[in-house]
Amino acid sequence: MPQKSVNPGSMEIKIDKKSDDLLARIKKTALKKIGPEDTVLVWPNLVYLELIAMMFALAILLFLCLYSPAPLEELASADTTPNPTKAPWYFLGLQELLVFFDPWLAGVVLPSLIMVGLILIPYIDPNPKGKGYYTFSERKFSVIGFSFGLALWYILIVVGVWFRGLDWSWYWPWDDPHMHQPAGAVKLVDLQVILQSTLGLSETPVATLGRYVVSMANLITWGIFVGYYAIGFAIPFLIFRNFYNKLGFVRYNLTMFFFLSMLGVPMKIFLRLLADIKYVLVTPWFNI
Amino acid sequence: MWELFQRIRSVVNKTQAFKSIFRHGFPNNDGNRALVMFSNIILHLHPVRVRRGALKIKFTWCLGGLTFFFFILLAITGVFLMFYYVPDTNRAYGNIKDLGTVIFFGDLFRSLHRWSAHSMVLFVWLHMTRVFFTGSYKPPREFNWVVGVILLSTTLVLSWTGYLLPWDQLALWAVTVGSKMAEASPLIGKAGPFGAELGMNANNDITFALLGGTVVGQSALLRFYVLHCLALPLVTALFIAIHFWRIRKDGFSGPL
Repeated sequence: MPQKSVNPGSMEIKIDKKSDDLLARIKKTALKKIGPEDTVLVWPNLVYLELIAMMFALAILLFLCLYSPAPLEELASADTTPNPTKAPWYFLGLQELLVFFDPWLAGVVLPSLIMVGLILIPYIDPNPKGKGYYTFSERKFSVIGFSFGLALWYILIVVGVWFRGLDWSWYWPWDDPHMHQPAGAVKLVDLQVILQSTLGLSETPVATLGRYVVSMANLITWGIFVGYYAIGFAIPFLIFRNFYNKLGFVRYNLTMFFFLSMLGVPMKIFLRLLADIKYVLVTPWFNI
Repeated sequence: MWELFQRIRSVVNKTQAFKSIFRHGFPNNDGNRALVMFSNIILHLHPVRVRRGALKIKFTWCLGGLTFFFFILLAITGVFLMFYYVPDTNRAYGNIKDLGTVIFFGDLFRSLHRWSAHSMVLFVWLHMTRVFFTGSYKPPREFNWVVGVILLSTTLVLSWTGYLLPWDQLALWAVTVGSKMAEASPLIGKAGPFGAELGMNANNDITFALLGGTVVGQSALLRFYVLHCLALPLVTALFIAIHFWRIRKDGFSGPL
């Protein structure tokens, strides 16, 4: 902004005048925006509403306390392991994931990704619409994406709380919870073993990196794993270019990484349930 | 009777002691109703006036406010429980048993503490869901959403550390499940990817730091107790303060 050299006195007057204008403008807009007719006093209107909500909540809590008091089981003992051992209900979704993923993924990496993903939401959603009101049509992708993750979270918790019993087996509500379910005849295999036998690949290692003996089948599983993300990143970029353009490079990549990782969780679950696949990718250090 | 009450009130309202505490008269006129909101530290979380739409329950469903209410309830019942509890593996279980048998309202306060905790976890989730679906995290409120996610994690860890304190089978094994997962952390857990390569073992990995030992024992109980009763409530209270401060500064989205 070009500044004219003026003596301090006239400058002061100028600022005064400007701030006067500003004050008048604020007064005008303030009155217009929230005139007394559009607003109500917080006391008593809102404060009493909150008081009612709190008393209502307290009443329900007291009822729950009478209906189901805090339990106390036997004294803690490292010698007797209860069957099944369950985490608190809010972590049972993650514990249920232990059926399908190794602990480092189910218990550490996936929850961390959830937290980081949640934190990133406001920064990767550039859509200015749908601020301050419920809408689906104006922000379809974000609402569908969030609802999907939410549904996954709650479904896993419900399964963990009500459908898992002895030995973490599946129990329907009508099954006897004290009887062990017959051990399944299902034998889980790794994807690379399936590839090796169905494609008739040789077992001779392609390369050896220390402890890591890389076979052809193992290399293909790497291709499938990386390919899942590569294709997942590419498809919206190629088909819905508008979506990419709206997000920009960094936001697009972050969004797609978290979205595909989230989608990968039920995909792995289905691979396990339908094809008895234990691991998609096997290395000496970690398995996925 | 009513007249007598009014008379006593008008006398009390004029005393120096009353005036020194309450900087306003009885809130039965608009001036005093505004002054109440200004001069009461708790009510000052609110503005003096809100738009009519703010009274619409179908926007917020009172979820955030009730989450805070559960936190307050937890603090009150928690202090009561602390009077009767020693974080010693030989005494903890008996202390909890006493709450259910010999201490007046012990069972009620413990049950209330437990149900408030469950409710708080659930209501944090519901509140976040509501905030997402109304797009209230959008600029300029991005950072307050981040503070909210921090509060989500402190709420979960608070609940989880409290789970161990009764020192019964439920407590011990629920926490054992959790610590087994920590063991599998990549890089910093002994059973996690690249953990062994980085020299992690039972005596130096993340689980050791969490439990203060290799098993869920006395050190773990003390750690969880201190985290649960002191460290985490302070951290949570701090972030709640930031959360509330920011929503007042950034302004409400929607009809509020």
